[in-house]
Amino acid sequence: MSYKLSVDMIACDGRGVCAELLPERVELDDWGYPIIDASPMVGVVLEHARRAVAACPVLALRLEAAK
Amino acid sequence: MIALTQSLAVWYATRGSGAVSLVLLTASFALGTPTLLSWGSERFPRLVVQLLHRNVSLLVVVFLAIHVSTTVIDGFAPIGWLDVIVPFRSGYRPIWLGLGAVAVDLLLAIIITSLLRVRIGYARWRQIHLLSYAMWPIALVHGLGTGSDTRSPWMWWLAGLCSLVVLASVASRLIARRPADPHARTLAVSTALVLPVLVLGWLLVGPMKPTWGKKHVTNVPVVTLDPALDSVPGS
Amino acid sequence: MIATSTPPPPPPELAGPTLPRLLTSVGKGQSQQAVPLAQHRRTYPPPPAPRRKPIESYIAAIETAGLRGRGGASFPTGRKLRTVSQGHTRPVVCVNGSEGEPASRKDGLLMTRTPHLVLDGALLAAAAVGAIEVIVCIERANHQAISAVERAIHERVQSGEQMLPVYVMDLPAKYVAGEETALVHFVNGGEAKPTMTPPRPFEKGVGGRPTLIDNVETLCHLAQIIRWGPAWFRGQGTADEPGTVLLTLSGAVKNKGVCEMPIGRSMDTVLSWAKPTGEVGAVLLGGYYGTWVSAADSRRVTMDNAALRSIGSSLGCGALVVLPSDACGLRETARVLKWLAGETAGQCGPCVHGLAAIAGGMNELAVGRATNHTVEMLNRWAGQVDKRGACSFPDGAVRLLRSALQVFGADVHHHIAHGPCWGARRSPVLAIPTAKAEPWR
Repeated sequence: MSYKLSVDMIACDGRGVCAELLPERVELDDWGYPIIDASPMVGVVLEHARRAVAACPVLALRLEAAK
Repeated sequence: MIALTQSLAVWYATRGSGAVSLVLLTASFALGTPTLLSWGSERFPRLVVQLLHRNVSLLVVVFLAIHVSTTVIDGFAPIGWLDVIVPFRSGYRPIWLGLGAVAVDLLLAIIITSLLRVRIGYARWRQIHLLSYAMWPIALVHGLGTGSDTRSPWMWWLAGLCSLVVLASVASRLIARRPADPHARTLAVSTALVLPVLVLGWLLVGPMKPTWGKKHVTNVPVVTLDPALDSVPGS
Repeated sequence: MIATSTPPPPPPELAGPTLPRLLTSVGKGQSQQAVPLAQHRRTYPPPPAPRRKPIESYIAAIETAGLRGRGGASFPTGRKLRTVSQGHTRPVVCVNGSEGEPASRKDGLLMTRTPHLVLDGALLAAAAVGAIEVIVCIERANHQAISAVERAIHERVQSGEQMLPVYVMDLPAKYVAGEETALVHFVNGGEAKPTMTPPRPFEKGVGGRPTLIDNVETLCHLAQIIRWGPAWFRGQGTADEPGTVLLTLSGAVKNKGVCEMPIGRSMDTVLSWAKPTGEVGAVLLGGYYGTWVSAADSRRVTMDNAALRSIGSSLGCGALVVLPSDACGLRETARVLKWLAGETAGQCGPCVHGLAAIAGGMNELAVGRATNHTVEMLNRWAGQVDKRGACSFPDGAVRLLRSALQVFGADVHHHIAHGPCWGARRSPVLAIPTAKAEPWR
């Protein structure tokens, strides 16, 4: 079962914790907001992603099952 | 004799863990304010402060557990397990002890919702978490009201420093224009100004007076120490 | 044929109007009054009385007719009707009469002059999907349209026509207020700011119900299709984009106003209708949220989205502004981008910061203070802003920027090397709305 990461840009505040925890999939733009690589994830990367979702100060990240 | 020594040890443990809890709570409070929480650099990702805040908070729970269990175990005062979470029940200094129970309740709510954060959603988590601004002063007043050390200089320093740290954190939040809503801000600013004055005033007319706590002494007869009784059979 | 310059022909009986279709009963300069109900009813029968179940024949008719949305996205209306009618609860119909695009006047015209055609369209769509109510959303400042629609509703109530509840809601004068999730959010009691999707309004919108949101013009076409059938509708336009579309012509032209064009006519023909006052420098198609078309392309391309897509453009809401050759496209674009940057809902970082940066960079380019690095940064920012907001508002600004850099490429080099061109010194062509402090509610 693979998952895709997405961000609620309205909730996002540009704190950047996600990029610290998941540099494999998250890059910050020139203003500190995450550019997400939405390709499906499994395994270790998925675990890091779950951690990033929990660590986001405003809970703006979400993981959805990739169809 | 043993009972008294044990009781004393437990009593010291209660006071000590209470004081440590206050210090740790203050540290967690400061680490949780937006200014520090958003602080990050090349060497210290924001994650570090976030985890520090979390771990210090969990440490508070540990010391608070010691604090409340030693209080209950120590039979000196009529405080049962239920009084830990249900306020104003106990016969011993009901108001000030009760405030401690209120603080425990609030802290439990805050900690549990934080552990279940992803499940309950940001909005609801945040509403409960902001109760920490109420919990800290309640915990402080509880400590100063029930505590036996309120008149000791080391306690003044401790409480004073912690209060300064908390006030500075609150100020930094208000300066950063949060909350944004003007009504909420007015309320927050006025509370931040009025509350310390009230607490200080209460301290001067209450706990600082020599007569404070006298009427709460329980019915344990005062035992004079007889050197002949130092060696107790069976010890 | 432009409805704006010839007197309207009498509406034919059963064959359906020839050109113009929507603007049949609208005459320029004559009566500014709305067509009264009695007159309207001579041509259009009243919509069916409210009922619970969707009307399959209506949905099928719109699907067969191949009607596409006229609000800018050109989404197949039949498909929208079908999806909304299949929801778990009875849906709601929202008429999007916000018309936030400054260069567009068509929706306002329809609401003011033929409000009954708009209402018929809305009520027929509501009957098609089994809706419980209709909400007409109009920008607050458009008093004419609001009173025309309210009067029309009153007329119907007076005449005893059985109809669903129809409400009129006035929106704040903000560009993004017309975005579908912003519309729904406002109707539900919030601010007129876009919200996160999923769910999209057709799944869950007003009051949690599936919501059909259609542009004013789309619903007018819908009413005509139900009246005269899909075959008649397909008599004009292209196979993929049948029917006619309303264009708003402005800029350096003699004939300014709203005209009706079968989709697929050449842009050259449209320009000849508009009668440019001088040499055409470029054409802004789709309004301030649209794209630039070079003078050369304007002579070759046909006005249908399939052809326009190949040159990086699209019809959008049909607003067409002609830029004279002595004006500076970069300077005009800079002014529009600055305005767009001010119209963000302010919710998403990349949009707020990105559009501000892009507007700043474009301004530097326009006044001749830019270097090659500025253009590099503009392209970098465009890439970081595109598709990174909760709604597609910033995407439009990025499209405008990219089309400007491409169409006015020669000017870009000139401005960098030699400073601003002559055109930058004349008075601007594109009128920018004045900023007003207005609440989002």
